[in-house]
Amino acid sequence: MHEHDVLVVGAGGAGLRAAIAAHEEGADVALVTKLHPVRSHTGAAEGGINAALRDGDSWEDHAYDTMKGSDYLGDAPAIETLCQDSPKETIQLEHWGMPFSREEDGRVSQRPFGGLSFPRTTYAGAETGHHLLHTLYQQVVKRGITVYDEWYVSRLAVTEDPDPEKRECHGVVAFDVQTGEVAGFRARNGVILATGGPGQVFDHTTNAVSNTGDGPAMAYRAGVPMEDMEFIQFHPTTLPSTGVLISEGVRGEGGILYNEKGERFMFEHGYASNSGELASRDVVARAELTEVNEGRGVDDEYVHLDMRHLGEERIIDRLENILHLAGDFEGVDGLVEPMPVKPGQHYAMGGIETDENGETLVSGLYAVGECACVSVHGSNRLGGNALPELIVFGARAGRHASGTDLGEAIIETGKTEDTEIGEVDTPVAPGAIHAGDTDEDAVADGGDPRSEGAGVIPEPNEVVERALKAENRRIDHLMEKDEGIQQAELREKLQKTMTRNVNVFRTEEGLKQALRDIREVREQYQDVYVDDPSRTFNTDLQQTIEMRNLIDTAEAITLGALARDEFRGAHWRQEYQERRDEKWLKHTLLSWNNGTPELWYKPVILEGEDKTYEPKIRSY
Amino acid sequence: MSTHVPQEQDESNVDAGESRPRSSHQDRRLQDKADRAERNKQESEERAGEDEETVEIKVFRYDPEVEGKQEPRFDTFQVPFEKGMTVLDTVMYARDHYDSSLTFRHSCRQAICGSDAFFINGRQRLGCQTQIAELDTPVRIEPLPHQEVVKDLVVDMDSFYEQMEAVEPYFQTNEAPDDELAEQRQNRENREKIKMGTRCIWCASCMSSCNIAAGDDQYLGPAPISMAYRFAMDEREGEDMQDHRLRIIEQEHGVWRCQTQFSCTNVCPKDIPLTEHIQELKREAVKKNLKFW
Repeated sequence: MHEHDVLVVGAGGAGLRAAIAAHEEGADVALVTKLHPVRSHTGAAEGGINAALRDGDSWEDHAYDTMKGSDYLGDAPAIETLCQDSPKETIQLEHWGMPFSREEDGRVSQRPFGGLSFPRTTYAGAETGHHLLHTLYQQVVKRGITVYDEWYVSRLAVTEDPDPEKRECHGVVAFDVQTGEVAGFRARNGVILATGGPGQVFDHTTNAVSNTGDGPAMAYRAGVPMEDMEFIQFHPTTLPSTGVLISEGVRGEGGILYNEKGERFMFEHGYASNSGELASRDVVARAELTEVNEGRGVDDEYVHLDMRHLGEERIIDRLENILHLAGDFEGVDGLVEPMPVKPGQHYAMGGIETDENGETLVSGLYAVGECACVSVHGSNRLGGNALPELIVFGARAGRHASGTDLGEAIIETGKTEDTEIGEVDTPVAPGAIHAGDTDEDAVADGGDPRSEGAGVIPEPNEVVERALKAENRRIDHLMEKDEGIQQAELREKLQKTMTRNVNVFRTEEGLKQALRDIREVREQYQDVYVDDPSRTFNTDLQQTIEMRNLIDTAEAITLGALARDEFRGAHWRQEYQERRDEKWLKHTLLSWNNGTPELWYKPVILEGEDKTYEPKIRSY
Repeated sequence: MSTHVPQEQDESNVDAGESRPRSSHQDRRLQDKADRAERNKQESEERAGEDEETVEIKVFRYDPEVEGKQEPRFDTFQVPFEKGMTVLDTVMYARDHYDSSLTFRHSCRQAICGSDAFFINGRQRLGCQTQIAELDTPVRIEPLPHQEVVKDLVVDMDSFYEQMEAVEPYFQTNEAPDDELAEQRQNRENREKIKMGTRCIWCASCMSSCNIAAGDDQYLGPAPISMAYRFAMDEREGEDMQDHRLRIIEQEHGVWRCQTQFSCTNVCPKDIPLTEHIQELKREAVKKNLKFW
């Protein structure tokens, strides 16, 4: 068994920042990651990091913009923390050598982004994420932090108390992708999940193939609530054939959206008469699809994004990467023709419920970055707010897990006296098929994470040993099963129904159909098997386990979307075309209760340090 | 064959983790697999005869652990062609529809994670960045040459990572401002100078294409030297640190091994002028009167 003070699962921006923070506090920290750190998806972020760095700007303005952008579903304590800490965390990256774009005076450059009242998006060309990821990894190398790369964490080691609030996380179980060795990892102080987004539940996504919602799904099954899962961001500008992202930086620099008739529709059709292309992402994504649905799309599928008028010099200086992407992946030369773009799944605003110190309801378990929901994005994330989230909350979780006193969190996790139990009319029974069962089929399913030996409170090492035993049983079962169905078929089916039914525009019947399809996939998953008999680099096995995580994540997204009968931020419902503050100024929570998802709500916190954010009509 | 397949497997590699005797079900599965492969082959041949446009790919296969795959071979797959299709799309299709044991690294699909560098029609390229339409068919897909093959298209990257880390690939300066909100200013020209060096995605294409690196496993190699260049030329690090960095790269297995064949520069998927960076470091080392080999 491997043993460390702090284990960080995932080595993208949030995980690396957490590991560095924990190391600076003197903790023995290790990163366990299914990819090598420089392969992480943070590298694909393009736009930039919002930070109030300049005269004329303030963290308060950043917080106001973020709260408005969230459509008043963000929690003020988290948003204020984000905006207060972002400047020093951003400059910390600069001190670590990050190659930001520069102004004439040598200071870091900033540019306008959608939904921002000040050009506060700090950037490094159109490849900010790449530089952020590499800069952080360089610091990990410099400090000699242990990295278990290409180790896939497939189970959490959590105690088995019937009350989730009394459970403790003592480590994880992972397998070495290269050799197939399965091993327990004990964390003396804490486990930090930083596993990234779940974009692979959709088939048109900017997300990497590795983004399979592993962290949220494992935490969910261990009893940690999932928060606001229905809020999925669709980025307005992705390449139609691949889903490759074209940065919001293009619009920030002055790029223009046209429909097939050559109309600048953001203005001409009144979607955002003031901000036009720089309205927030939900507004632009809906505008584009409305144009397509009303017959004004190019080839009935997409719209045009034009940056030619910016001139070659400015494009090369600030958006060079976009030229390469449009050329390589769409065969379009952005200097001489407009680029085809359409909305694509991009970001999960929801995730593992945490407080502003990154802690979850299970003690010893933390979550940061896109896999978490500390609730800074509410129902719509502003461009440029994901990267500060990684470094701000990554650093906080790393410090807190190492024992540093960050003060008591204002955001409460788990059920409180304000909790309201929810109900939703589902066409099929959601949740596990063999809840808490220990028969063979339940083993294939991942089983109950707490299934081994009930009753006595075991020693932490024993908790990890039991989880290891359970995971070995699951893997042996998947490997030894000779026939059945393979994960690729199920994955395709799941992705298709999610893209068809849980996309930018949502209807009650579509959401119900998605739940039926997810149920069918879940049933078929009972019969899943791994065809590759080798233990060496068995990606078939890894994908099969990821598939189970996709099912749980997709179901949580869809259940939340069906329950929320209003229109807020990224969540558009055909039957409900208004934001309903009197009923819905609250977070959706889903808890995995003995295999059955339980729906409940907690109020949004609109009170900040010294002011209250009043919900207003959102116009751009 | 240019790809290096280890001839002798050590015990731990063959029977990783717990010891697992080969069971009868595993034999049966292998037989099933062979049957299925035969059926797929027939199916894909029939497909080739139909109207649907297909592309033929020949993929290198090897697994040290599975009998019948220990002898390296090529498998042929017919994949339905779609406009805009990349090499990565074809191997994903073959894996998802014909043989789930086909193994390769990949993640972002947009040329930034650097994990899917393969040897495609005799040249190092990123699978996701390479359009099928631009290649002669059948498309031949092999693991990166000069690297040990772990399985199919997966190569052992450890020695590459070790060489990258040997050049101290992290910013080192004594001059960062004490004020946590003050930047250490960098002029635009200097940022421009190091820009290409910061674009490296660690895909190892350059190392794989370099004859010198192939013959000298201690040679730092193009990507690590270019990484050293990125830091050595960063004005924010200061004079003393630049000397330190030049000493690392002018050692016996450093910049002087480069014979300016430009193969690294030719294959780099991010267009980094690696050879130029190496030559400039040679000049700097000479100017500083450092010993050279």
